[in-house]
Amino acid sequence: MTDSTSRLRTDALILGYGDRTVVEEVSVAIPDGKVTVVVGPNACGKSTLLKGLARLVRPRGGAVLLDGQEIHARPTKEVAKVLGLLPQNPIAPEGVVVADLVGRGRHPHQGVFTRWTAEDRVAVEEAMVLTDTYELADRAVDELSGGQRQRVWIAMALAQGTDLLLLDEPTTYLDVAHQVEMLDLLVELNARRGTTIVMVLHDLNLSARYADHLVALHAGRIVAEGTPAEVVTEEVVRSVFGLDNRVIQDPVSHTPMVVPVGRHQPRTPSVPTAPSTPADQENR
Amino acid sequence: MSAPTLPVTTPAERPEVHPDLRLATRRPRRRRRLVLGGLAAVLFAAFAVRVLLGDYTFTIPDFFRILFGEQIPVSTFILMETKLPRAVLAVLVGVALGAAGSLFQMLLRNPLASPDIVGVSLGASAAGIFALLTLGLRDGAVSVFAVVGAVVISAVVRWVAGTTGGYRLVLVGVGVAAAMTSVIQYLLARSNTWDVQLALRWLVGSLNNVPWSTIGMLAGALVVLLPTLAYLARSLEVLELGDEAAAGLGTGRHRTDVLLLVGVLLTAVAVAAAGPVAFVAFMSGPIARALMGGRHSLVAGALVGAVLMLLADYTAAYLIPDVVLPVGIVTGAVGGPFLLWLLARGAATGRTG
Repeated sequence: MTDSTSRLRTDALILGYGDRTVVEEVSVAIPDGKVTVVVGPNACGKSTLLKGLARLVRPRGGAVLLDGQEIHARPTKEVAKVLGLLPQNPIAPEGVVVADLVGRGRHPHQGVFTRWTAEDRVAVEEAMVLTDTYELADRAVDELSGGQRQRVWIAMALAQGTDLLLLDEPTTYLDVAHQVEMLDLLVELNARRGTTIVMVLHDLNLSARYADHLVALHAGRIVAEGTPAEVVTEEVVRSVFGLDNRVIQDPVSHTPMVVPVGRHQPRTPSVPTAPSTPADQENR
Repeated sequence: MSAPTLPVTTPAERPEVHPDLRLATRRPRRRRRLVLGGLAAVLFAAFAVRVLLGDYTFTIPDFFRILFGEQIPVSTFILMETKLPRAVLAVLVGVALGAAGSLFQMLLRNPLASPDIVGVSLGASAAGIFALLTLGLRDGAVSVFAVVGAVVISAVVRWVAGTTGGYRLVLVGVGVAAAMTSVIQYLLARSNTWDVQLALRWLVGSLNNVPWSTIGMLAGALVVLLPTLAYLARSLEVLELGDEAAAGLGTGRHRTDVLLLVGVLLTAVAVAAAGPVAFVAFMSGPIARALMGGRHSLVAGALVGAVLMLLADYTAAYLIPDVVLPVGIVTGAVGGPFLLWLLARGAATGRTG
């Protein structure tokens, strides 16, 4: 961790809305060229931290530093050439076709009079090829499936051509197959282009599988940070999520895998509708 | 065990890989050109009909002869003092309101959030009539009051509604609009000079007896505002994607407010000239979008606004023989059912309508 450099970091960052503080003095360095995943329970401040990194929320205290400079001190359009963001719920305008939407990712690179250059075209084409959306180019975005649509949004973020890409829960609303497909895509982009990726994910096991660097957040503070093997331990999961659990090795990726221990288990298939018996609950 | 349902992608009629991305956006671009060209043609035709036909018809040679200064008894007066100014004013007001309405609906992502519904028009009207009746001001000063009134009312609506926009802003705006209507009625009731034409203009909007000087002022304002809008409108293609995506693409957080301010000013200068013509701003956007296949377009909205104004004015002038209705009565009569239709279709609750 100490051997890697970080173009994007926070220094005792405090973020909040109204009179509520959501992120409390978080200092985190995003390792360059790696995939960083922020995990934590609902309302732990992980989305807010990501928005803070993307300069969408003004700090109450501390700072977000991009290339050593305070991010809010730089012109937002200049930042947009280095740092891209895919929010959780972007809006696809009605009737817009895929090529048009992806092309809008070039906005920060275009001036008032310089509209569409060869460089823009190449960037858009590359983004669409990488995300396998090229053949959807003339389709209306609102008639695509959820997985396709998400790939189109990622293509737009890629067309922006930034060295850093932040994604707020890019796998929500996707079924498990498309979640894996999405994360595979992002990891491939990271490998091919060296794009630094920071994302917020809900699924701890997928996070452990795809992250180089994990940041575990609880109540606005970093509880653990490091490689998945360092972070995904029974103690950390218990303290962060308040969940009794076992951590075993993922048989496919050999990364840590969390197996939750609930109150009701195992449910015997022979009595499908019976309420759980004390014997079930007795198992921790 | 059910059969595995593999790819969610529908392979039906999957297009071939395009050699050039421009081809992919060719169909929407062609439709855009077609619609805008068609609207321009319709606008031209409506303008010609409004000026040349009606209770007093002109031939095209006569029209140009009069336009270039020839004095023909009665004809010159009718063309230069009633028909032509009305038609020109209708186009200017329609363009301003159509563009402002489309802009509001696009930025606030709600078809109900047009300036005539959320109180901007009536705010301008109330301030204008206050300047006219209570302060005894005239012409330019009244216009300045109308503009200031519109800006103040919009700021109040925006402040009370918060920055979230959408539905809350519509609700607050409708309330403010109702309050402004009562202010206008109060001011009219209190004034001792009861001028029906004047009252109708500031209550419902009217093109009757508007002098060329006022039309000139409106044209001057549009010469400044429309290019400003065109310059700023480039960020609309990003703002459409939502506030967060727009910010991520480097669009400043104040851009939406600046654009809304341009929309408010467009509305205000139109109201200062012709009063709060009901529902033109509200109807133009959805009609333009239907023509454009669902896409927002300010240019199409502006053209639709102008066409609507011309048609409404023609109807207002000749619907009842010997009575020239204020144009706002016609647009109100059409706009009311249109609003109900939009609500019934459920579009008003949709994310973009």
